[in-house]
Amino acid sequence: MTRYTSATDRDRREMLAAIGAGSIDDLFADIPESLRLSAPLELPDGMAEQDVYDHLAQLAARNRHCEDEVSFLGAGMYDHYVPALIDSIIQRSEFLTPYTPYQPEVSQGGLQAMFEFQTAISELTGLPVANASLYEGPSSVASAGYLALLENRRSRFVTSRGVHPHSRAALETYGRGFGTTLHETPLDERGATDLDALAAAVDDDTAAVFLQQPNFLGTVEDLGPLVEAAQRTGALVVCSVDPLTLGVLEPPGAFGVDIAVGEGQSLGNRLDYGGPSFGFFAARDRFIRRMPGRIAGETVDADGRRGFVLTLQTREQHIRREKATHNICTSQALNAVAGVIYLSWLGRRGIVELGELMLRRTHYAREALGLQPINPGPVVREFAMRVPDLDDLFRRARAERVNPGYRLGRDYPEYADGLLVAITERRTRADIDRLAGLVARSREGVAA
Amino acid sequence: MRPAETDTLTIFERSQEGRRAFSPPPTDVPETPIEELLPAAAVRRWPPELPEVAEPEIVRHYNNLSKKNFDLDTGFYPLGSCTMKYNPKLNERVAALPGHARLHPLQDDEYAQGALELMWRLERALAEIAGLPHVSLQPSAGSHGELAGLLLTRAYHEDRGESRTKVLTPDTAHGTNPATVTMAGYEVVKVGTAADGGVDLDDLRARAGEDTACLMLTNPNTLGLFDRNIEEIARIVHEAGATLYYDGANLNAVVGISRPGDMGFDIVHFNLHKTFTQPHGGGGPGAGPIAVSDRIEPYLPVPRVVESASRNGAEPAYELDQDHPKSIGRLRGFQGNFGVFVRSYAYIRSVGGDGLRDVAETAVLNANYLRARLAEPGIGELLPVAFDRTCMHEFVLSGAPAKRELGIKTLDIAKRLLDHRVHPPTVYFPLLVHEALMIEPTETETRETLDRFADSIRAILEEGRRDPELVKGAPYETPVRRLDEGRAARRPIVRQPPVT
Repeated sequence: MTRYTSATDRDRREMLAAIGAGSIDDLFADIPESLRLSAPLELPDGMAEQDVYDHLAQLAARNRHCEDEVSFLGAGMYDHYVPALIDSIIQRSEFLTPYTPYQPEVSQGGLQAMFEFQTAISELTGLPVANASLYEGPSSVASAGYLALLENRRSRFVTSRGVHPHSRAALETYGRGFGTTLHETPLDERGATDLDALAAAVDDDTAAVFLQQPNFLGTVEDLGPLVEAAQRTGALVVCSVDPLTLGVLEPPGAFGVDIAVGEGQSLGNRLDYGGPSFGFFAARDRFIRRMPGRIAGETVDADGRRGFVLTLQTREQHIRREKATHNICTSQALNAVAGVIYLSWLGRRGIVELGELMLRRTHYAREALGLQPINPGPVVREFAMRVPDLDDLFRRARAERVNPGYRLGRDYPEYADGLLVAITERRTRADIDRLAGLVARSREGVAA
Repeated sequence: MRPAETDTLTIFERSQEGRRAFSPPPTDVPETPIEELLPAAAVRRWPPELPEVAEPEIVRHYNNLSKKNFDLDTGFYPLGSCTMKYNPKLNERVAALPGHARLHPLQDDEYAQGALELMWRLERALAEIAGLPHVSLQPSAGSHGELAGLLLTRAYHEDRGESRTKVLTPDTAHGTNPATVTMAGYEVVKVGTAADGGVDLDDLRARAGEDTACLMLTNPNTLGLFDRNIEEIARIVHEAGATLYYDGANLNAVVGISRPGDMGFDIVHFNLHKTFTQPHGGGGPGAGPIAVSDRIEPYLPVPRVVESASRNGAEPAYELDQDHPKSIGRLRGFQGNFGVFVRSYAYIRSVGGDGLRDVAETAVLNANYLRARLAEPGIGELLPVAFDRTCMHEFVLSGAPAKRELGIKTLDIAKRLLDHRVHPPTVYFPLLVHEALMIEPTETETRETLDRFADSIRAILEEGRRDPELVKGAPYETPVRRLDEGRAARRPIVRQPPVT
């Protein structure tokens, strides 16, 4: 008996008698003898709760996390403050432990939260319909590609090199199943998507064009001309957006983007070494019957009272099987609840204030570091610089528990000396000045 | 069950201009006008219409919403195929440790050794449980694991110069299986079910051929039955040159008892949110790691966690390895749902290898006990078990006689159960059983709870004999009554109307 099971020896005896079986082994008689393990699994024995805690705490202590250092890491996930009310609400068993709301009469809380989440995502992106979450950012990008294929039956994807490397990788992986090819267009000398190259790459067989705002280097793209060029041959435009910049940046919907997707971690979800967070998916009205994932809709009950249900389920795998518009079942509902609580907490003013704070600190940081920018144009929360000796900077910074950011060379050989620096509301001017000091000392050291 | 507050205002409808919950940190850098920092075309003209609400009202709003949800910590949740077992509280505590919760996914490997070691240890445990040597934790849920499995299958065949076009799925399969087949660019070929509830071997032999890429199988299947012919099935599939894929949704029945790898499966996915106690969260997050055989290993997703042997008595070191030229690549960003890995690893260490066997034994004992209780006179003749065999962790009843004789459908029974403070079983699945009720009690329920459930079913059927209209009108005690799903689909309202 484990501490999570209750069947005593007496229970077992009496239950077996009720079943009419002689032993537990009899219940497994359908499994051929040769396939039954003769010895226990080669795993350690169970442990007392306190010992499991200690073991996990020891492992956790070997990670240098964002309370252990001043981190300028971003590149898709960001160290934002998660307000205490989120922990309190999403740890409630009524949000934490139910299954997908297949019984709406006893799931109104989750369903209404989904409806509110969809509203918030629709507001943020400027697109009329949103689903109730997908897994995370890059797989949402690939899922948008799948919708485009269902829509126009073409076979080619065009992506800007400014799209997150993981999103481009997911597009390539999924594309092996879709039967699509992926064509990548370059960034220009200012770290923005090269408009002419993109326009030239889009042809009659292009199903979808992928952009990211801000792009991976942090550049605020000039979306208007890009979207126009991309849609010239009838391709769908998919724009991956950082939702927390949408208090200050014009939303993708305003530029005529067909589908906006993105990584939701920055909205009230912790870093968790990369997940779980959530992906979001918003689109023009006409795509609603092909959208992936759960969608909550408003209706009334038998007494005429307002209520919410999962709707348009004829898109989904459990109804339509091989004709479904996507295979997703379990997604990231709890993380999406955290997302809508966060957006309620931030509020109509807060999302602008937070965006402006990041914007100003980002520009301050870019000047303070005084390095050669890779993307000298507009940036809002992240920017890329060339560093004369990255290894030296990291050595010095690490010693002082500062993490200068992301080495761009890991994904962009053309920026082997590049450093991607992310700013959040948690990185104060003093933190930025500290990094600037390290950069200055490193440069002096290198020069000397 | 009735909420403390009966209104249904959304958080947006509670908004009043000027209220706020967020106090921004002070601006400690020059307050340059936004127009000087961004081009005019990029600046948002109208702010998104997010709610304006102070903190106490947000907390009250979502706490009141929570009270309209039925949940596993409150009551019995025998939802077939979903493995609604208890989610240990310790798991939440260890997942929230800052070393896990606040670790950036791009932290250099040398400063993320604890996380990488945890992933490596979880991979090794899952490999042992599956009986297959190689594991990738990357997929985000079961259906993501399925997609990974079929992309691996494709890569495997293509690497051998073969282009196969069809994937076999039994007609009892979860909907995700055929949906995944389509998404992975294959054609679905259905395989029939034999009289004993297993795969129809003759049908399988007729359909497996040189164009077959894979057979996707759940074992025990969605009828809760272990396929006694699994060795023969594996032989047929492998002789056709196809891969055999194990949908791990029902692994809870056999964990520690029998291993998919030993049965002949090439690729397995696990649902960490089923067998390994990640809370379901109202529809996620989960995680869908995969385990594979040697011949599939070269194609696994990247990055992969590798251990470098300890040298000179030093601790072993762990790193993320991208260098696998035959890999199918990435299915998502970063390393997967790490927070889920933490919980499932804590669970495996809590119960241990011996405990996992006890999990399966007790899950199967509970299911068979409840099956026996529901076969008793007064219940069994109206809700007969669809395939009368010893079941594994779940079983399927048919509500066809109840519908015929009492005029109450499976849906009515399900809705009336809500008034008994029980979550209904999975209904109308699998499709080949008329008026199906699929019941999975799990190992964490007591015998008393199972008895109470049987009593509830009996009471509902007795009520159905006496007053069928009462059952047909259920539920009565829930925050809302039956909802008009047709109306929601005909004219979809999927967001709060925009402010104009």
